Amino acid sequence: MSISRRTLLKLVGLTALGVTAEKYVSVHAGSTSAKLVAKAIGAGKRLAGTKPAQKVRLAMVVDLRKCVSEQGCTKCIDACNKAHNIPDFGESKDEIKWIWKEPYQDAFLDQENFYMKDEFKNKKVPVFCNSCDNPPCVEVCPTQATFKRDDGIVMIDWHRCIGCRYCMAACPYGSRSFNWRDPRPFIKDINPDFPTRMKGVVEKCTWCDERVSQGLSPICVDVCPGKALVFGNLNDPGSEVRQLLKDNFSIRRKPGLGTSPEIYYLV
Amino acid sequence: MYDSGKIIAGLIIFAALFTSPVWYDVLNGKALQRPDLVLPSKENQKECVAAAEFMRRDHMRLLNDWRYEVVRKGETYFSSDNGKEYEMRFTKTCLGCHPNTSQFCDQCHSYVGVTPYCWDCHNKPRNLSIQ
Ligand code: HEC
Ligand code: HEC
Ligand code: HEC
Repeated sequence: MSISRRTLLKLVGLTALGVTAEKYVSVHAGSTSAKLVAKAIGAGKRLAGTKPAQKVRLAMVVDLRKCVSEQGCTKCIDACNKAHNIPDFGESKDEIKWIWKEPYQDAFLDQENFYMKDEFKNKKVPVFCNSCDNPPCVEVCPTQATFKRDDGIVMIDWHRCIGCRYCMAACPYGSRSFNWRDPRPFIKDINPDFPTRMKGVVEKCTWCDERVSQGLSPICVDVCPGKALVFGNLNDPGSEVRQLLKDNFSIRRKPGLGTSPEIYYLV
Repeated sequence: MYDSGKIIAGLIIFAALFTSPVWYDVLNGKALQRPDLVLPSKENQKECVAAAEFMRRDHMRLLNDWRYEVVRKGETYFSSDNGKEYEMRFTKTCLGCHPNTSQFCDQCHSYVGVTPYCWDCHNKPRNLSIQ
């Protein structure tokens, strides 16, 4: 079959028109179909372009007046280490830490104060991952292994971690540790229900995401003998954390950096 | 053709060396064996989390889904087509029914030559010390 020049030009014109129309239609239909998809997967708010009013923003309150870590209490640390298979290498160079203690002055560097209550001078402050509301680690992670859950927990997906350690450089609290060695041989009593980690990945406290997903509190909160740790939803005005923050003076670690840490210390 | 004798002899030696791994296994009686699976026998473990047909082909996809749901979406339960709910836990759920990985997972995996790296982190059940 041969096409005359005239027919060819007509066809080209029609095709160009068709392509433009298709683009136009799909751009405008795109938003509706995206909405339908969003509805189907229950994520309407997220895809609609506006930031949804966050329903849950989990936070932790640490009542330092009740915490007796200076007397050698390590219940929260021990329970966490056991639940999460944290190795003990017996030296600090390769140490893996999820919860650990810092002297008051080190934990709150910007609170420099030579004269203070004796009680606080010798205080060992339990510190965790702050699950910042504006987490720098999430910003720098090249594989989205570290991300913020809808409830505010800064999570780490070990399956995606490539061990580049950008997050460690970005975290101003030193909350992250790198596995320089295979941790398995250094875990005394392996809890089979929680995976260990392997050489070459970064890890940190995840506020017991595996328990929180099931409606439980983090294990440190549950085992604290003095009930010094309180966990809850900051966006619920009736929650215990909100009440505590309303009735007491609280400080946070390095708030000036703009990371918006979500652990509040009562002093 | 010059030196055809040498060339043909060389080719035969080459072919013998090249296929020697196969001969080695055949002569040692280690020829490839079909996977021999030990399936769960307990009364309450008669069904897998999905149809056996599906699991045989797509268990790695299912595991990938579970991991995505748990780690990234914070979900906990998987509702199966058989009407039951299963906790999406690798060690607790899968290995709860298939505890002896060397008589199950590894059978197929060594047959097809895949070595999932999951065990670098995920634990085998405590009661079997086959870490
Ligand atoms: C409640 C017990 C139970 C759980 C939990 C379970 N399985 Fe199974 N699985 C079985 C049984 C029983 C069979 C055999 C089913 C059959 O042959 O009809 C089976 C079959 C399979 C097969 C196919 C084997 C074949 O016959 O070729 C695979 C693969 C498998 N399971 C993987 C898994 C994985 C992966 C998980 C976790 C996601 C899992 N199973 C969880 C009980 C279980
Ligand atoms: C019926 C045989 C069979 C059984 C039983 C089986 N697998 Fe597999 N599995 C396979 C095959 C075949 C592949 C490779 C598929 C491919 O590469 O396309 C595979 C691949 C995988 C992969 C992906 C590996 C990779 O590197 O891509 C994972 C993870 C996995 N299996 C987990 C398990 C676990 C855990 C069990 C035991 C609970 C198990 N499988 C039992 C046949 C089996
Ligand atoms: C670097 C260590 C590491 C490796 C390797 C790894 N995982 Fe995981 N995985 C984890 C950790 C840690 C969790 C628990 C995350 C949490 O809930 O906080 C997890 C969770 C999971 C879960 C969901 C809940 C659970 O605890 O079982 C699944 C399913 C899973 N992984 C599948 C896999 C599969 C399949 C592989 C292999 C292809 C694999 N993982 C390899 C560390 C690892």
